[in-house]
Amino acid sequence: MVTVTPFLPAQTTLNSLSSVVNVIAPEKVVAKRGAPQTVEFTIQVKSGFHVNSNTPADEYLIPLRLTFPADSPLKVENVIYPKPSMEKLAFSDKPVSVFQGDFLAKAVVRVPANAATGVSSLAGKLRYQACNDRMCLPPRTLDVKVPVEIRN
Amino acid sequence: MTRTGLSILAAFVLISCGSDNTKSAGSAHPSATPAGESVAAAQKKASGPRSAPAFSLKDADGKSVSLADYKGKVVLLNFWATWCGPCKIEIPWFVDFERKYKDRGFAVLGVAMDDEGWEVVKPYLAKTKINYRILAGNDKVAEAYGGVDSLPTTFIIDKDGKITAEHQGLVSRDEYEKEIVRLLGGTAGRRNGDGYSVLARANHP
Repeated sequence: MVTVTPFLPAQTTLNSLSSVVNVIAPEKVVAKRGAPQTVEFTIQVKSGFHVNSNTPADEYLIPLRLTFPADSPLKVENVIYPKPSMEKLAFSDKPVSVFQGDFLAKAVVRVPANAATGVSSLAGKLRYQACNDRMCLPPRTLDVKVPVEIRN
Repeated sequence: MTRTGLSILAAFVLISCGSDNTKSAGSAHPSATPAGESVAAAQKKASGPRSAPAFSLKDADGKSVSLADYKGKVVLLNFWATWCGPCKIEIPWFVDFERKYKDRGFAVLGVAMDDEGWEVVKPYLAKTKINYRILAGNDKVAEAYGGVDSLPTTFIIDKDGKITAEHQGLVSRDEYEKEIVRLLGGTAGRRNGDGYSVLARANHP
């Protein structure tokens, strides 16, 4: 007989481990040529888990990053993350900079003045690494995509 | 309750459990059974100790290290990563186990699962006084050990190469040490009827 300790929260399944983080993108964004536009992504972290913030205190921790390719038809000027919380976790001597629950990451985009009107899209990637107070999941990358209607 | 009533109840429970197991087979629900014992754990118990899958991985010096090199030893095989906070709680314990028990036929093997490999692991090792062997892991080895869906994941392997304990996530130092001492022929730890540890039978709090 073998002893096995699956140290997981009561409501956690191994399948659900692959989806402890979810991203909700707007159904559509309407943007004017040449004008800045903020696109909000709601990031949901499953209860009991956290993800490292975009500025983790430990050099070995993997930060959360929302990134967009440089050749995106919409120029992403900045990504704004919320203020992280500093949590003292069971495994850490020092507080860890994390995001928990639901939070917003905002991409500030600008449509080039010479962009064609019509429907385009903003596609990017969210990289994160999640843990609870007993274990960590491998870093993962989620694709995000938003249709953008470009108007004059 | 009558014997017939018990039989009907038992049949109902069996059907219910069977249904739950069937549903859980796809989702591998780890904490679904009424007794607080995971389906995965129950399945592994039912199948008995399995042989630890063979592997050959490189250490920090580029030397190939096989599990077979440790034949006749009790091995604590720990999958970890530099980005894993809970893993770093365990490392000092493992350092201590290596120091205390290596002369009694015990060894710790750490398998680093960082995607960047030695590029990040070597600097970490340089800063951390780890006295046991660290190997660079890969998906093939992780798959052989059941996927290693989370870290830390640790296997304790007896002198015959059988896995006698598997821990997903941080557990107590005491649990590891009792199992190690038991496998080394010590007196610590409790035993159940078939001689295997009952230290980690139920889910942890």
